[in-house]
Amino acid sequence: MPKHELILLKNMMQPGYTGSLADYEKTGGYQALRMSLGKIAPTDVTTMVRKSGLRGRGGAGFPTGVKWGFLPKEYQGPRYLCCNADESEPGTFKDRQLMERDPHQVLEGIVLACYAIGAETGYIYIRGEMVLASKILERAIDEARAAGYIGKNILGTGVNADVWVHRGAGAYICGEETALLESLEGKRGLPRIKPPFPATHGLYNKPTVVNNVETLANLPHIINRGPEWFAAIGSPPKSTGTRVFCVSGHVKRPGNYEVPMGMTVRELVYEYAGGMRSDKPLKAIIPGGASAPFLTPAHLDVKLDFEHVAAAGSMLGSGGVTVMEEGTSMVWAALRLMEFFYHESCGKCSPCREGSSWLVQTLRRILAKRGRMEDLETLLDLCKNIAGRTVCAFGDAEVAPIQSTLKHWRQEYVELINEAEAANLIRPEPVRH
Amino acid sequence: MTFSEKYKDEIAEILSRYPVKRSALIPLLYVAQRDQGYVTESAMKDIAQILKLTPPQVYETITFYTMFNLKPVGKYHLQVCKSLMCALVGSDTVIEWIKTKLGIAPGESTADGLFSLSVVECLAACGTGPMMQINEDYYERLTEEKLDRILSDLRSTGTSPLKSGPFMWPEPASAEQGV
Repeated sequence: MPKHELILLKNMMQPGYTGSLADYEKTGGYQALRMSLGKIAPTDVTTMVRKSGLRGRGGAGFPTGVKWGFLPKEYQGPRYLCCNADESEPGTFKDRQLMERDPHQVLEGIVLACYAIGAETGYIYIRGEMVLASKILERAIDEARAAGYIGKNILGTGVNADVWVHRGAGAYICGEETALLESLEGKRGLPRIKPPFPATHGLYNKPTVVNNVETLANLPHIINRGPEWFAAIGSPPKSTGTRVFCVSGHVKRPGNYEVPMGMTVRELVYEYAGGMRSDKPLKAIIPGGASAPFLTPAHLDVKLDFEHVAAAGSMLGSGGVTVMEEGTSMVWAALRLMEFFYHESCGKCSPCREGSSWLVQTLRRILAKRGRMEDLETLLDLCKNIAGRTVCAFGDAEVAPIQSTLKHWRQEYVELINEAEAANLIRPEPVRH
Repeated sequence: MTFSEKYKDEIAEILSRYPVKRSALIPLLYVAQRDQGYVTESAMKDIAQILKLTPPQVYETITFYTMFNLKPVGKYHLQVCKSLMCALVGSDTVIEWIKTKLGIAPGESTADGLFSLSVVECLAACGTGPMMQINEDYYERLTEEKLDRILSDLRSTGTSPLKSGPFMWPEPASAEQGV
């Protein structure tokens, strides 16, 4: 098994490490904060992060330092940092581990980000179901506040940064940054039209940065060891650092594996996750969470970085790698994901709200062997009329399972429809909403 | 005693976290739900008054989120994840086990009011599926034996040592494990 240096999961791999403040400090925790506050100018922290090449780990992969640089420099009023801990993308379960096992690493990243962008308040918007993680974070905030790492006049430097945990209440869309802000303002989590972007009109209409948990957890390490060190890891120049890949599905050892970006799908699945659970061959892979198009065994040697996965027709997204074995129905898999998107559509945009329902009904009919051949064109036509026609990227996400399974496993759809036609089972299905 | 009188200090502490009152809406709804097991109409009206909102503004928000109950649920609310990743490793079977063992379908509660069953979408525990959440706790890598033990524990003691967390998966085999 290949060995490499762990960054984010390193502390928690040590026997007896509890994630307490004392444990974190023993491993060099909060040194980056001591090195930065009042000693490195906030703009220089931003420059370091930009030089590191760090890109967002939540899904879109936007360069973090560049995002911070969009905040208006001349603006004198309040600014906000929001840690996006609304981990809800099917296939993804890394942020929960980072928060529950090493909460101070995340908190140090949040305070560093607050310092860099000039925010005196940071909110951790955590998905409501993660009650334990929110309790652990709250305890860690109390510890950090008592030690002078969070709050007013941090470490006597005159820098203020308070951090609060804010629990969501079970809505996937609140992981979308503008929906997150709406929800944090106490409203329905409906995405906002962009522009304006949160960098200028964010929380309470003030300049705001929204960063994922894993993104923020990388910051102390970039400060401690320098941007050049980070930029040399992975697949420079565009995919630097490590990723915590979440492997699920039909593998022997599912779990979170931190590897340098650029590792192949084959290495991750067969060497780290132990290969296929049964002896059946691998049939399909989702490389970046439910929003990412499916890949096939022909893509096993694709490098897991932003560029190579995109070139293969998918996306690295949230790092959720789901593996399916031979024998899995791809029509069923597409339906299960589509049911998720139908359930979670916020309802703001008609193409997504109505289209997701239509897609689910059509897939259910095909799977129940009541499909017609023209349903396949209907599915593709619906996808074409949803993607790119919604306020947020949810529309693009929900068509990915259908478009990619139809591209790679169209025959499975055709066989189900052929069976329906042969048995003369075609009849209208009652419409259900 | 009204909701606002009963939780005066906690409400004040929550309000202090935000520069705009309305941001406290979800946290206050959680306090109300903890109090009664669901959010009552009177609590909604009280919260509207605290936050200077209209009751419909509170209602429109509460109905957007799946975690707020507008009617009572069982003492133990079993929420089984049915999304693809859990389904690949057997969540449909877990749902069938629960239906058989408790005699309830999703959306129903047992006659004694002890258990309610819901089928939900992804709970971000895909590597440890099949899984379910009961009230505030996750239960992962479910087997029939484990499920029996959890239900029995809840009946007898109100809690179960089989709940999971802090989360780490896979568990490191040794200190020098590189992955």
